[in-house]
Parts: sequence; structure tokens; C-alpha cells
Amino acid sequence: MYNFDVERPTSIVDAVQAMSKEEAQPISGGQTLIPTLKARLAAPSVLVSLTGIEEMKGVRMSDDGRLCIGGGTTHTTVAAEAAAHYPGLASVAARIGDPAVRNRGTIGGSLANNDPSACYPAAALGSGATIVTNNREIAADDYFLGMFTTALEEGEIVTEVKFPIPQAAHYEKFLQPASRFPLVAVFVARFSDGVRVAVTGASNDGVFRWTEAEEALSANFSADAVAGLKAEGDMISDLHGTAEYRAHLVGVMTKRAVAAIA
Amino acid sequence: MTQVKMTVNGKTASGDVEGRTLLAQFLRDDQGLTGTHIGCDTSQCGACVVHVNGQAVKACTMLAIEADGATVDTIEGQANADGSLNVIQQAFQDHHGLQCGFCTPGMVMSAAALLKDNPKPTEAEVRHYLDGNICRCTGYHNIVKAIMAASGQDVSAIAAE
Repeated sequence: MYNFDVERPTSIVDAVQAMSKEEAQPISGGQTLIPTLKARLAAPSVLVSLTGIEEMKGVRMSDDGRLCIGGGTTHTTVAAEAAAHYPGLASVAARIGDPAVRNRGTIGGSLANNDPSACYPAAALGSGATIVTNNREIAADDYFLGMFTTALEEGEIVTEVKFPIPQAAHYEKFLQPASRFPLVAVFVARFSDGVRVAVTGASNDGVFRWTEAEEALSANFSADAVAGLKAEGDMISDLHGTAEYRAHLVGVMTKRAVAAIA
Repeated sequence: MTQVKMTVNGKTASGDVEGRTLLAQFLRDDQGLTGTHIGCDTSQCGACVVHVNGQAVKACTMLAIEADGATVDTIEGQANADGSLNVIQQAFQDHHGLQCGFCTPGMVMSAAALLKDNPKPTEAEVRHYLDGNICRCTGYHNIVKAIMAASGQDVSAIAAE
């Protein structure tokens, strides 16, 4: 790792101020960023630590019935505190990485990084969540712009994520056991006005909505409804699985997710 | 350099660190607590697991500065006050829960974190919790057995392999 200075602001205002420094990079739990720094894939001059900002931590219900999670909330906390309100989401958090990683990693960090195989992007997109930053709110549909790419501007920080709560939801994760990321995972959420299906781990464009499956499931919420469908797109092909294999897994994971809640 | 101060195994520990200094490096190189092992250095193997404010974390993937003001517990602080092995450590010895011993500090610290939250885990829960702890001797059977025994459960039905 190249050396850097570390700032530890205790408020969002101070964090935004610190981010205005040249080559400043926010760090939350660091479970992705620290390995990235070790590999010298990034060399910021200043790391702005977000872990000391209490106003960015915690899980609460808003007056309009949405589950609001502070950007600096760890996966362990979400797994425990979201369970009573949105079990489908708590289950996503409970299966990220391993226990020690979940004690450090945060929802804001995961969404800001937008790893093409990360779990939270699928949950946020599949739920139709709203990503709140220090200066605006961004709908999940407008937020994920491709592999490791989001709508966040330079210096913008994910302060909160607001989740509408579906009637039922399930995250089906086909584990890549070495990395503990999904090889392919599908988040299915059933709302009163339709179904959302978000896929992670499969596409070179990062997380995406499988709209054909959404239409089929909105008309007939059963695993059979997606049996004849094949996910299209620029699928990832690597030593863990070919593009064709991943496309196939998208269908299988979707059917399993639907079967789990149908 | 920045001065950090934390409570390590009940004692005040302070030192000057760089921004990039990892908690594992601070513990090992600055404090001489070399029981926290660095295996993979990529947060995969769990040999560096310590507790920060009571939670298991991988010390190779946390900056020392981030632990400023925290309470840190390492393998060196696990033995009883009289120096005898604690329940988990003793169970690892009794059930041969180690071969080369490299992963053992992380295994013991993870086991302690598990048993704090879940005092009577099932075998499946123990195995699941150890997802992030890799034993290069692949000696998981006896590690799991030791943790089950440390939780006060009958392990006679768990095969030793």
C-alpha cells in the first residue's frame, strides 16, 4: 500500500468538507477498498473515514413505511435490525462475505463501489430503493450505471438508503465459495403493483433488472412463468463460469427465488 | 505519523502509526503481539481475527487509526488470569483442534465471538460461522468438535477424522 493520510470526521458536513481535498477517497468498512489499496489499484492521498459518523448509522422505519438504513450501517447490524421489518433484505445482509467481514462492511460502501457481483446492489435495485446522498436522492433505477460505476458525483457520499417494503422478497445466491461473492444471484421482490427481478454477478454491465421475467411474474407469480425465458445481455465469462452458464443460472436462481416465496 | 491509543487485552496501548498501518501490523510490530497471524493478507483466511469493541474483525483489513480509542482483544488476552487455558483453548487442546496451529488464533477468536452471541450453536451453525476462517491443514472436523465441546455440548457423536 502507498501511504495516505486518514481523516476521521464525525459528521456528514465535515466528511463532505474533507472530501473536497485533492485525491480524497471515502472509506467506509474498507472490506473492498483496503484490499484494493494493498494491490495498488488505487492510490488516494487522503482517505476520509466514514465510520465515525453516528448520524449515518442505524436502521429505522420512516413515517411513509419505508425502511431507512444509514449508509454507514454494517451488514451485521442490518441482518439483525432489518429482520423484523424486511426479512428478505436482512437475509441478503446476513449472507455477505463472512462474519468478520459483515462486522466492518457497510451498505453505503457496497452501493458506492457497485461491484458487479456484490449482493446489496441486487437488493437495492430489486426493491426499487432510493439512494440518499449528502445532496440528493437517487432512484436505484437511475443509480447503477455499470460495472463499478454509479451516478455518484466526485466527493458524493451515500448517507442513507430507503427501501420500500414488498409483500415478499427472496434473494437466491449461488455462492462462489472462494470469494463468498455470488457467482450469480437474483433478488425477486413481489409488490402489490408488480414484481421486480434484479440480477447480480452475471453481466459485464453490473447489476440489472430482468424485465422479461418481471413481466411474466407480474402476470403469473410462479416458477413456471419464467421457465421458457432466457436472460439476454453481455454476460461475464471467466474461469468460474462461461457466459452461457451464467445466463442459465439467472433463470435457475430466479425460479428458486420465486418458489421460495410463491 | 499519527498517535493512536487503544485498550488491548485490558491494557492501554499507544504508538505512532502511518495512515496505511493495519491493525494487524500495529498489534504485531508495534505491540509485539504476534499471536495475531497474517496468513493471506487479503481478508480471506481469518488467521488475523481479533475483537474490536467486542466484534470479530479481520485485523489485516482494518486501519490501525480506525481502532483509535477502541477496545481490542487478541489471542494473547484469552487465557485465564492464572495463565491456564480458557474453555475454548482447552477444548482445542483436548479435541486436537489444531495441526500446524497457524490458523488457531483466528479460529479461537472467531469461536469466542460465536459463542458470545450463540452459546449453544448447532454443528451446522459452527461450520457456517467459520466461513471466513481457513485451516490450511484442512482440520475442520476437530475444530468444530472443539467449539461444540467448549459450548458444553456432548461431542461423542461427532466423528473424529
